[in-house]
Amino acid sequence: MKNHKPVGLIASMAFGVALAGAGAAHAATLSISCGAVGQEFEFCKTGTEAWAKKTGNQVNLVSTPNSATERLALYQQLLAAGAADIDVFQIDVVWPGTLGNHLIDLAPYAKDAVKAHFPAIIKNNTVDGKLVAIPWFTDAGMLYYRKDLLEKHGAKPPQTWQELTEIAKKIQDAERAAGNDKMWGFVWQGRAYEGLTCNALEWVASYNGGSIVDESGKITINNPQAAAAITGAAGWVKTISPEGVLNYTEEEARGVFQSGNAVFMRNWPYAWSLAQGPESAIKDKVGVSALPKGGADGRHAATLGGWQLAVSKYSKNKDLAADLVMYLTSAEEQKRRAIKGAYNPTIESLYKDAEVLAAVPFFGELYDTFVNAVARPSTPTGAKYNQVSNEFWNAAHGVLSGRAKADASLVQLEASLKRISRGGKW
Amino acid sequence: MAIAEAEITARAAGAATQPQKSQLTRSRVRAAWLFLTPMLILLLLVAGWPLARTIWFSFTDANLSDLSNAKFVGFENYLAYSDGEWYGVLADGEWWNAVWNTLKFSVVSVTLETILGLIVALVLNATFPGRSLVRAAVLIPWAIPTIVSAKMWSWMMHDQFGILNHMLMGIGLLSAPLAWTASPDLAMTAVIMVDVWKTTPFMALLILAALQMLPTDCYEAARVDGIHPVRVFFKVTLPLIQPALMVAVIFRLLDALRIFDLIYVLTSNSKDTMSMSVYARQQLVDFQSVGYGSAASTLLFLTVALCVVLYITFGRVRFEGR
Repeated sequence: MKNHKPVGLIASMAFGVALAGAGAAHAATLSISCGAVGQEFEFCKTGTEAWAKKTGNQVNLVSTPNSATERLALYQQLLAAGAADIDVFQIDVVWPGTLGNHLIDLAPYAKDAVKAHFPAIIKNNTVDGKLVAIPWFTDAGMLYYRKDLLEKHGAKPPQTWQELTEIAKKIQDAERAAGNDKMWGFVWQGRAYEGLTCNALEWVASYNGGSIVDESGKITINNPQAAAAITGAAGWVKTISPEGVLNYTEEEARGVFQSGNAVFMRNWPYAWSLAQGPESAIKDKVGVSALPKGGADGRHAATLGGWQLAVSKYSKNKDLAADLVMYLTSAEEQKRRAIKGAYNPTIESLYKDAEVLAAVPFFGELYDTFVNAVARPSTPTGAKYNQVSNEFWNAAHGVLSGRAKADASLVQLEASLKRISRGGKW
Repeated sequence: MAIAEAEITARAAGAATQPQKSQLTRSRVRAAWLFLTPMLILLLLVAGWPLARTIWFSFTDANLSDLSNAKFVGFENYLAYSDGEWYGVLADGEWWNAVWNTLKFSVVSVTLETILGLIVALVLNATFPGRSLVRAAVLIPWAIPTIVSAKMWSWMMHDQFGILNHMLMGIGLLSAPLAWTASPDLAMTAVIMVDVWKTTPFMALLILAALQMLPTDCYEAARVDGIHPVRVFFKVTLPLIQPALMVAVIFRLLDALRIFDLIYVLTSNSKDTMSMSVYARQQLVDFQSVGYGSAASTLLFLTVALCVVLYITFGRVRFEGR
């Protein structure tokens, strides 16, 4: 394979872009970075294998850290060095602005396929007029609950955070008294990393406390609703949530919930098919709903997540890599992933597909949640988003661990955000 | 290493500038330079160049996404005043928090490691059956790569499934599981604990080497005089191994002041345990501010240098022959 590369290179240099495909016609080896949270890696493998078989090429899978924060750090180092080691990157919904410089414009490859995807995500993935990534699956925070336990104790899925706190406390105490002393009320992602930004943004938005920085770039986080939201969450630690939640990411929370030791869990849709899997201790005992509102006049808020596929501009096989991206993001592949792995499609029509809805009923029920999810302020803050998020999760973590009061910490956060943006100018 | 080599260079340089008459001395000096040059060039390449580059970057606004666009900004990354606000590393509360965390970590962990290492070394210095086996076994924590042992400990210290909580609760020392790495009060203790576990063998080994060099006649004299063993330890053993001990401590201190991997694996970027290196990495990689991060790295380098100078001055460490 290797000795074909120069041929392809010379061909493309001599005859221009039109003939570049001649190099690609030989079997090539691509590398794709896949997440490995839950079953992600398995699905990435089966998907890329199908493409490899179809086209006669080979695909290497590179597994990346589970923490989104660390994954971004790894990508930044690879891309800053101009490394051609990875052709296709799986990138988070908040990264197009940060990584856009290193990615190729996929619009010429996508053509009409773009129109099938949610326009909001396509807009999010467009940086300076370049479509730097194609949506692969979308995500929104949801509330998982133990159907059986709620029924047993005569409770309904909570509508507000206050209800959740009460129900969680009641069931936790009752179950502990009944002998399961490992039972906890609510597990979520409280480690100081991007996941906490997602969780805390949901609390704040559910109390109508805004989204840290608004569309125009104004810093809005220092408000009483936001303080109430974070204070409320801090009250869970050591009462309905274990103190260890302050160091949990998605998988730690799922570990506790799926082994049957929690009543409620905040997580992304991927946890559904695992919780319902054959090895799960809580198979058929799980329900999902939208995350609770912050009080009666609050709203259901879910942070918009989701992953995109992008092609590195340092790749030696850009055309092939783009072809792989288009295959993996196609309706057919997204449907397979939705049915077998509960990965939310980014193609609108799949939410009305009978087979998809039969396999994952909540795609229909929570359609509004997915469509109206709250975006993290990555657009107004641009390349500084990571710093903003870092300040935010640290402020939230300080309050949760009891080292600071919410009001004081939000005043400080506002000041640091002003410093970072040099007075709101970003 | 570097210090000892600098010493040699200084001596060689000193020798060269002194008025030298004899042919033999001059040719010796030439030979010394000839032999030293490859090493000096290598040092310049592997240590000097990156250091100089980091210091240069710290005076620019370099960004990781495009290093070629860096502009000179003077001391702005260190300290700058604009619109009634101070900016820069030196004005950042988090930096000082990181400095404080690092100093706390270094002093506590190195002290504990020295005391425990000394005890282990004294035990291993005694003759007992299976001694060489025990000597090898003691080294295992030091032999495991830090990332591996840190990850291992992070699972062992997991609040829900961790074996540490399980064991402590089993013997009745704990009534409820502790969140070792998550609780702000415990996180630093947990980090220090793992570091002590990992590095005590290193200290023990260095001290053991010193113990084995001790002359036996002092001990024989002490035994003849019937001196109590504790007194022998403080009056004979400790003063005799003190120079080696001081060098061992400086090795550990240098290592501890730039601690990164252990803290990063156990508690990630948490403020409770953030060290200077973790702070610099966060700026350099997570925030892509190569200029600012390099300023932090340069300050880290200066802090380490300052600590070592203070230690050498006040500890009166001598590297030359006694």
